[in-house]
Amino acid sequence: MFTYVLKRLLYAIPIALSVTVVSFVLVYLAPGDPLNAIAPADAPAEVIEALKSAYGLDRPVPVQYGLWLLRAVQGDLGTSIASGRAVTGEVMSAVSNTLLLAGIAAFGGVLVGCVLGAVAGYRHGTWVDRVATILSVVGVSIPHYWLGLVLTIVFSIWLGWFPAMGAGPGGSSEWLWDAGHFKYLVLPALTLSVIPMGIITRTVRALVSDMLEQEFVVALRARGLSGHAVFRHIAKNTAPTVLAVAGLQIGYLMGGSILVETVFAWPGTGFLLNTAIFQRDIPLLQGTILVLCMFFVVLNLVVDILQPLIDPRMGRG
Amino acid sequence: MSAFLDIPLPQAAASAPSRSYWHVVWRQLRRDPMALASALVLLLILAAAVFAPWLAPANPYKASMLRRLLPMASEGYLLGTDELGRDMISRLMYGGRISLLMGLVPVLAAFGIGTTIGLLAGYAGGRMNMVIMRVLDVFYAFPSVLLAVAISGALGPGMSNSLIALTLVFLPQVVRVAESVTTQVRQLDYIEAARMSGAGAFSIIRIHVLGNVLGPVFVYATGLLSVSMILASGLSFLGLGVKPPEPEWGLMLNTLRSAIYVNPLVAALPGALIFITSIAFNLLADGVRSAMDIRR
Repeated sequence: MFTYVLKRLLYAIPIALSVTVVSFVLVYLAPGDPLNAIAPADAPAEVIEALKSAYGLDRPVPVQYGLWLLRAVQGDLGTSIASGRAVTGEVMSAVSNTLLLAGIAAFGGVLVGCVLGAVAGYRHGTWVDRVATILSVVGVSIPHYWLGLVLTIVFSIWLGWFPAMGAGPGGSSEWLWDAGHFKYLVLPALTLSVIPMGIITRTVRALVSDMLEQEFVVALRARGLSGHAVFRHIAKNTAPTVLAVAGLQIGYLMGGSILVETVFAWPGTGFLLNTAIFQRDIPLLQGTILVLCMFFVVLNLVVDILQPLIDPRMGRG
Repeated sequence: MSAFLDIPLPQAAASAPSRSYWHVVWRQLRRDPMALASALVLLLILAAAVFAPWLAPANPYKASMLRRLLPMASEGYLLGTDELGRDMISRLMYGGRISLLMGLVPVLAAFGIGTTIGLLAGYAGGRMNMVIMRVLDVFYAFPSVLLAVAISGALGPGMSNSLIALTLVFLPQVVRVAESVTTQVRQLDYIEAARMSGAGAFSIIRIHVLGNVLGPVFVYATGLLSVSMILASGLSFLGLGVKPPEPEWGLMLNTLRSAIYVNPLVAALPGALIFITSIAFNLLADGVRSAMDIRR
C-alpha cells in the first residue's frame, strides 16, 4: 500500500510540472503584444520598455518561466495587468465559488445517478430502466449552457421561484450559508449536475446489470441471502469504478462550469477566465488555468490513492 | 522468387472477411430503429443546412429595426425574428452550416491525425512510444472544456482557432485508442510472420494493422461527435468562436440571451437545435457501437 501511494505521488510530480509548462507557454501562442492591454498604441518607447521590465517581459521566456514557477510555488501568481490586483487572491476567491458550485452539482448528480442506475440495473428492460436510459442520454447530450437558459426561463421568468443571475442578494459575490444565498445556487447547480447524473447513471446501470448475471450473485442467492444482503455485495463491487468515474467528473465540472457560470453570471473561475481572455490579461489567464489544472491533478491523485482502500486488490499490483 | 513474394495471400485474407464484417455491421445498424431515427434527423438537419440558400425564406443577415423579436408564427416569420430583426428560420438554417462544420471538422481531423500518430507510436514501440504517450498524458491533466477554452482563448477568438483548439482536445484521446490497439496487434504471430517474409513497416501497418485499428477508433470518434458539437457551439457562446454577424447556433444563443425576458421561446431555439443534433449523434454512436460489437 505504501509503495503504491509513493508510486502515484512520484508519477504526479512530472505531470504537475508539465502542466505548469503548458499553462505558461500556452499564453505565448497568442499573437500580439501582452502589453496592448495597458499601454496605449502610441506610447513612447521608454514607457513600453519600463513596463516590460516591470512585468519581467524583457527576459528570455525560459527565465520568465523559472521565475514565474518559483513565485507560483510560494503562492504568488503575479499581478493582474487589467485590475492591478494580486492574481492569487482573485483566483482563490473565484476558485472557492467554482468549487462550491461544482462540488454540490457533483454530489447531487452522483447521488441521483447512483440511485437511478442501480434501480435501472435491477429492473433491466422495464419502464424504469427505459426512463433512466433516456435521462442518461439526455444528460450527456444536452448543451448545459442551453439547459441553464431554459431553467432560467421556466423557474425564474415564468414561475419566479429562483433568481436568474448572480451569487447572492444585492449582487454580493461573498458566499454565505443562508437561505438568501442558497436560492442563487439552485439553478446553476441543477444545470451542472445533469452531466455527472447522466454519466453515473449509465455506468452504474451497466455495472449492476452485468453483476446480477455473475455466478457469485447466483451463489449468494442460492445460499439463501436476502435481496438486501446481495445488494451489499453488489454495492461493494461497483464502488471502485463509480468512485473513479465520479472523481473525474468533479474535475470535469470545474472546467465545464465555465459555460454555466457565464449563463448565470456566477462569480467563479469561468467569469475570471472570460475577463482574462478578452482583456488579454496574461498573468490572470496563466494563474487561473494553473490553479484549475492543479486541482484536477490533485483530484486524480486522490482518486488513485482512495481506490485501493475500497478495493484491496488494486494496491497489490 | 519475385513470383513467390507477389502471392497476394495476406491481403486477400485481411480484406475478404473485413468487407463482410462492414456488411454485417450495416445490416445490424439497419435493424436498429433508434439509430435509424437519429440518422434521419441528422440527415434532415444536414439537408436544411446544405440547401439553406435555396430553402431559407429570407436573407439571414438582413436586419430590421421595426421587426425586432417577433414571436413565433408571426406573419412572414415562421420562427420569429432575433434581436436585430433578422429572420430566425433562415438564420437557423444558415447557422447549421457553420455549427455542423465546427462540430464535424475537429473530430475528422483528430481521427486522421490521431490514428496516424497512434499507429506509428504503437508500431514503433519502445522509447519512442513512451515519449509520445507521456507527452499526451499531460493533456489528460486538463479537463477538456478548460483545455478548449484555454487554447482558443490564447490563440484569440475566431472560427479557425476554435477548430484548432478542439482538434487538440480530441487528439490525445484518439491517439490513446489507436495506440493501445496497435500495441496489442503488433505482438500477434501473423505480424511477426509478415515481418519475417520481408514486408516493410509501412506495408505491415497499412495492410495488417490498420484494419484492426480503424474499427475501435471509428467507434470512439463517432462518440466524440456530440461532445464536439456542444463544445464548438459552447466556444462560440463564450464569444471565442465564430464572430458576429455570422449565424452560428452557439453565438445566436449568446446574442439572444438578452431577449429571454421578451421572447423566451425564440431565444431558446438555437440551443434546442444543438441539443437535437447532439442527442442524435449520441444515439447514432450507440447504435454503431453495438452494431460493431458483433464480432464477440
